[in-house]
Amino acid sequence: MSTATEQIDDILKKGYDAGFVTDIEQEYAPPGLSEEIVAFISKKKEEPDWLLQWRLKAYRRWLDMKEPTWAKVRYPKINYQDICYYAAPKSKENAPKSLDEVDPELLRTYEKLGIPLHEREILAGVAVDAVFDSVSVATTFREKLSEVGVIFMSFSEAVKEHPELIRKYLGSVVPVSDNFFAALNSAVFSDGSFVYIPKGVRCPMELSTYFRINAANTGQFERTLIVADEGSYVSYLEGCTAPMRDENQLHAAVVELVAHEDAQIKYSTVQNWYPGDENGKGGIFNFVTKRGLCEGARSKISWTQVETGSAITWKYPSCILKGDYSIGEFYSVALSNHRQQADTGTKMIHLGKNTKSTIISKGISAGHGQQTYRGGVKISRGAANARNYTQCDSLLIGDKCGAHTVPYVDVRNASSKLEHEATTSSIGEDQLFYCRQRGLSEEDAVSLIVNGFAKQVLKELPMEFAVEAQKLLGVSLEGAVG
Amino acid sequence: MLKIEDLHVEVDGKPILKGINLEVEAGQVHAIMGPNGSGKSTLAYVLAGRDGYEVTKGRVTYKGRDLLEMPPEQRAAEGVFLGFQYPVAIPGVSNIYFLKAALNAIRKHRGEAPLDAIDFMKLAKKKAALVQLPDELTKRSVNDGFSGGEKKRNEIFQMAMLEPSLAVLDETDSGLDIDALKVVAEGVNGLRAPDRAMLVITHYQRLLDYIVPDVVHVLIGGQIVRTGDKDLAKRLEKEGYSEVREASRL
Repeated sequence: MSTATEQIDDILKKGYDAGFVTDIEQEYAPPGLSEEIVAFISKKKEEPDWLLQWRLKAYRRWLDMKEPTWAKVRYPKINYQDICYYAAPKSKENAPKSLDEVDPELLRTYEKLGIPLHEREILAGVAVDAVFDSVSVATTFREKLSEVGVIFMSFSEAVKEHPELIRKYLGSVVPVSDNFFAALNSAVFSDGSFVYIPKGVRCPMELSTYFRINAANTGQFERTLIVADEGSYVSYLEGCTAPMRDENQLHAAVVELVAHEDAQIKYSTVQNWYPGDENGKGGIFNFVTKRGLCEGARSKISWTQVETGSAITWKYPSCILKGDYSIGEFYSVALSNHRQQADTGTKMIHLGKNTKSTIISKGISAGHGQQTYRGGVKISRGAANARNYTQCDSLLIGDKCGAHTVPYVDVRNASSKLEHEATTSSIGEDQLFYCRQRGLSEEDAVSLIVNGFAKQVLKELPMEFAVEAQKLLGVSLEGAVG
Repeated sequence: MLKIEDLHVEVDGKPILKGINLEVEAGQVHAIMGPNGSGKSTLAYVLAGRDGYEVTKGRVTYKGRDLLEMPPEQRAAEGVFLGFQYPVAIPGVSNIYFLKAALNAIRKHRGEAPLDAIDFMKLAKKKAALVQLPDELTKRSVNDGFSGGEKKRNEIFQMAMLEPSLAVLDETDSGLDIDALKVVAEGVNGLRAPDRAMLVITHYQRLLDYIVPDVVHVLIGGQIVRTGDKDLAKRLEKEGYSEVREASRL
């Protein structure tokens, strides 16, 4: 049986539980997508009419769109009418009561990552005090943030509490019809995060979805919107550094960032969704649209990502450099082991004068993993003195994996300056032997070499994240050699 | 310390070592000399446990235990050190971080607590001075962009840090000018100890002017054809390997 069929079967099993229109208490809408389902989701979330109309517009556009096929990824055809588009937060009744009830394999991974016991409970979704704790921690955070005027809440809450901001910025960077998956997300997004940093405010802490996701059990179509007003700064950390329990899912998230004059947004992701097993069975299909708009002069957006999970990754965090002297950065480490496939990169679109972009991409392939860097640099006519530096390095482990580099460059202004460097190397038997001769185990040796390779990117991550990301790279490569 | 008995080794099905017998006592320095292709490096790799070197016959006993049974990292942990002829670069991994990981892996094997950053740095500083390794080199990526001499000095620095019981130095002199050679040799001499044995593999006698061996073996065609004292090396220098080769055929 193919992966997709199993995936769909799983969802179908849940989906047939009950009808959706009459019973308000039910957890799942039936599978399939229609205007009714879109309206149902909107109603469930008690959204204003303008948002419903926005969703419907996206849905209608989506109907006319074709799933993109240009990426170098192979997966069974997804039947969008078999997917269930609304799942209410899971009840805590079925959650494990203690760590004893959690999959030992998962716990072993947590242990390897060095996640404290207490956090492991939260991650595994244990329905005891841990969750209450995290809620209270989140509340403490929010109070501290509101003192400086920072808004950080779930997307649904923001729609109710700050409709003017949502209405102004939603879809302003990634329009509903931007691409197939973005349109799908716009129609059916379940929840996500909203951040607003007021003028001149330096957000006093790193914002993280970590707690909130676990509390709210955010679904598979997330929507994140971050707005940094003039002269503000925010560092945002996305994602869990541990595998989620959810398996066999389609993820189609949208992230929009807006940086006004002199504002800076640093967006860091450590993505470790379930990658499927060694034979490519199961795993998340991750189709994500992430884009930042450097709206104002001297604004800056940095994307840093460590991608170790998902069966399929389709993701291109990009920057539109509209403001003069604005800066876009993309630092990426993507790892594909076993049967994982990743097609990832960035687009840097230079519109303003003296804009500058930097792309550092490190791809690691092991097992039968396939890895593609796909990047675009566009210098438009008005972007005088624009500069771009691109560096793509690929590391191969074993001889059954693949690495591909597909850079696109489109230059319309002769005063621009672009540099591109690319290397491909493999972890040599000689490197491994050298490390082992000095007393390191084979696995530690691989981890060390890979972390050395990825260092340029890892150092861009906030400290705590970097440590976990390092361990994650090691854990993800277990069994990659030998 | 080390006892090699009738060791036969093949690489890709081709016999390279054809019955090596060798015994090294603690505190001794043995030199193994031989022309190119005689099997010197093969011997070094077999002792360190590199893949692709198939032992078809014979045994190697180290501290009374079967060395060939152990994976490379265990041999390292048990005190076997190989100074590489061509040290390998590991980009992005600082020399000092690498050594700390190695040292602590070995300490763990011995049941010792890991050294913390401060104690480790103290030790590293002391040992780096032994081979006059500049501070800057300890911070750079392992062997990445190092000159030939720097790489070799780095090997001896690592040896000093890991304090092995048996050090196998594979052509430590290759690619060194005379000044670098002296520095490396002094480093090695500083590490001679009653509880430590060394196997110094070299093509040229030159190195043995500085690291004076207790025993010299001549390896030709995968066999030890002569064993003698340090004067044997001097004679080789004068007469060349062909003489010995001829003599050994008779």
